[in-house]
Amino acid sequence: MSERSTPAGADVATDATRSGRSVAEPERRRGKAPLSENKRAERRLGWLLCAPAALVMLAVTAYPILYSVWLSLQRYDLRFPAEREFIGLQNYATVLTNEFWWTAFGVTMLITVVTVAVELVLGMGLALIMHRTLIGRGIVRTSALIPYGIVTVVAAFSWRYAWTPGTGYLANLFSDGAPLTERASSLAIIMLAEIWKTTPFMALLLMAGLALVPEDLLKAASTDGATAWQRFTKVMLPVMKPAILVALLFRTLDAFRVFDNIYVLTSGANETSSVSMIAYNNLIRGLNLGIGSTMSVLIFITVAIIAFVFVKLFGTAAPGSDDGERR
Amino acid sequence: MADTTTRAKARWGLLDLAVVVFALTPVLWIMSLSFKTPATLTDGKFIPREWTLENYRTIFATDQFVRALVNSIGIALIATTIAVVLGAMAAYAISRLDFPGKRLLIGVSLLIAMFPQVSLVSPLFEIERQLGLFDTWPGLILPYITFALPLAIYTLSAFFKQIPWDLEKAAKMDGATQAQAFRRVIAPLAAPGLFTTAILVFIFCWNDFLFAISLTSTERSRTVPVALSFFTGASQFEDPTGAICAAAVVITVPIILFVLFFQRRIVSGLTSGAVKG
Repeated sequence: MSERSTPAGADVATDATRSGRSVAEPERRRGKAPLSENKRAERRLGWLLCAPAALVMLAVTAYPILYSVWLSLQRYDLRFPAEREFIGLQNYATVLTNEFWWTAFGVTMLITVVTVAVELVLGMGLALIMHRTLIGRGIVRTSALIPYGIVTVVAAFSWRYAWTPGTGYLANLFSDGAPLTERASSLAIIMLAEIWKTTPFMALLLMAGLALVPEDLLKAASTDGATAWQRFTKVMLPVMKPAILVALLFRTLDAFRVFDNIYVLTSGANETSSVSMIAYNNLIRGLNLGIGSTMSVLIFITVAIIAFVFVKLFGTAAPGSDDGERR
Repeated sequence: MADTTTRAKARWGLLDLAVVVFALTPVLWIMSLSFKTPATLTDGKFIPREWTLENYRTIFATDQFVRALVNSIGIALIATTIAVVLGAMAAYAISRLDFPGKRLLIGVSLLIAMFPQVSLVSPLFEIERQLGLFDTWPGLILPYITFALPLAIYTLSAFFKQIPWDLEKAAKMDGATQAQAFRRVIAPLAAPGLFTTAILVFIFCWNDFLFAISLTSTERSRTVPVALSFFTGASQFEDPTGAICAAAVVITVPIILFVLFFQRRIVSGLTSGAVKG
């Protein structure tokens, strides 16, 4: 997994190092001269310190994903191990012509787009509240962190019982039926659970951007007669753009992996499976390693495309000006 | 003037209240369910009419839950320790040393942070079966370390950049080697950052469901989130709702305590990388 083979990663990496580079700048300039003993020791120590982390990360991701490509080219069903053979791209044809795959793909896309859009709006509101509230800042921040910290499965059970007829306090909110047995309402509840769980994370990333907005700039705009809305769109948003893009990128990729909530809320019944859900089902319930791996590879490619499009669309500067994922 | 501030405060107060209610309702609901008696479990009331601790007694009496709790705690603690140690080493090198390949490492960890975890489930399932790691603690600890490392490296690098590095120079002047300077001077200064990172990584490991359900098959290494989804109650005729809720509350309490005591640190840890240091 070199930088070169993945342009998206390379762009991001270049920018992610920006702040790191400024620290190392003086040393780098000296580096043009023949390496001193000290310099060599520093390099050795650098490699030594990074090696364990790098080795673990590569061993647990790079090798398996390559292995996954190899498995995806075989007919390999653990229930019929004797029939294992190399079949080229046949698994890909099977998956890509399968309507369940495309339904799941559509569901995943729908959940991703809707939740990320709603979370951006709610998260922005929450970030403004956490950043600017006059009273109770500690309480607001503490309670906002609870959905972030809580185990997704626990939250999903809470939502499931809330909508279970007879048991739940929300069950009779809209109709007498069982909301988790119908497709549209199930999807809505899955999205609600996702939004509840991850809006605080979005808000925290946005709050980091809010902290960068210069207070006197807002005051100046206000003296010049800008309304609150104008101050928000003309002053805050431009300054926050990098933070917003980072938050969007990470939440989009994260939303695309939706699994826990669906597993607990519907188990994928009534065509509510996500791609992660059907990949899991093919592997663990179907024990079909060939098809499961094919889906793994397809999901990996989709995520790579999304990341690439983000970086291309919004310019390389975007995700780099902030550097990271904090899940 | 005083009037407008009062009004502004009231407005913010209402918004605050909305956030608190939004954030806490599902948590309070599952707590409420866990205290309900079997007879009132299905009354649909938000607040229990009859309170009982029976559900808690039930789950702690079953091996199924206790074993899963031990697994969850053990696996999360070991993974957190290793990830923070490896992450601290790498973060130190990234924030302090100049060496070729640094940007590559940052790029790789960024890629892993964005990696779709489900893509690893099929190959890891097969690889771990061959290596005998399937359904063992190390079989879960390894992927947890991997996906926690980017988080640890980024958070720790941000913390390390705020440390007064002149102290390190002073130590070296006094004859300490780079490694000694790291161990004796910088590590103690970095302790708060390490602690915050440890909390974030622990929350990540504690939360995982996908790996835990795919890479385990028995109580030997099943963690609580997975055990919850397999709960059947003391006998198969018993509704497991109360037991599930009690178990859910048990694994939620440590997180709520972390959040209550370390809110400031968690917020700064989560946002540290996002502000240019």
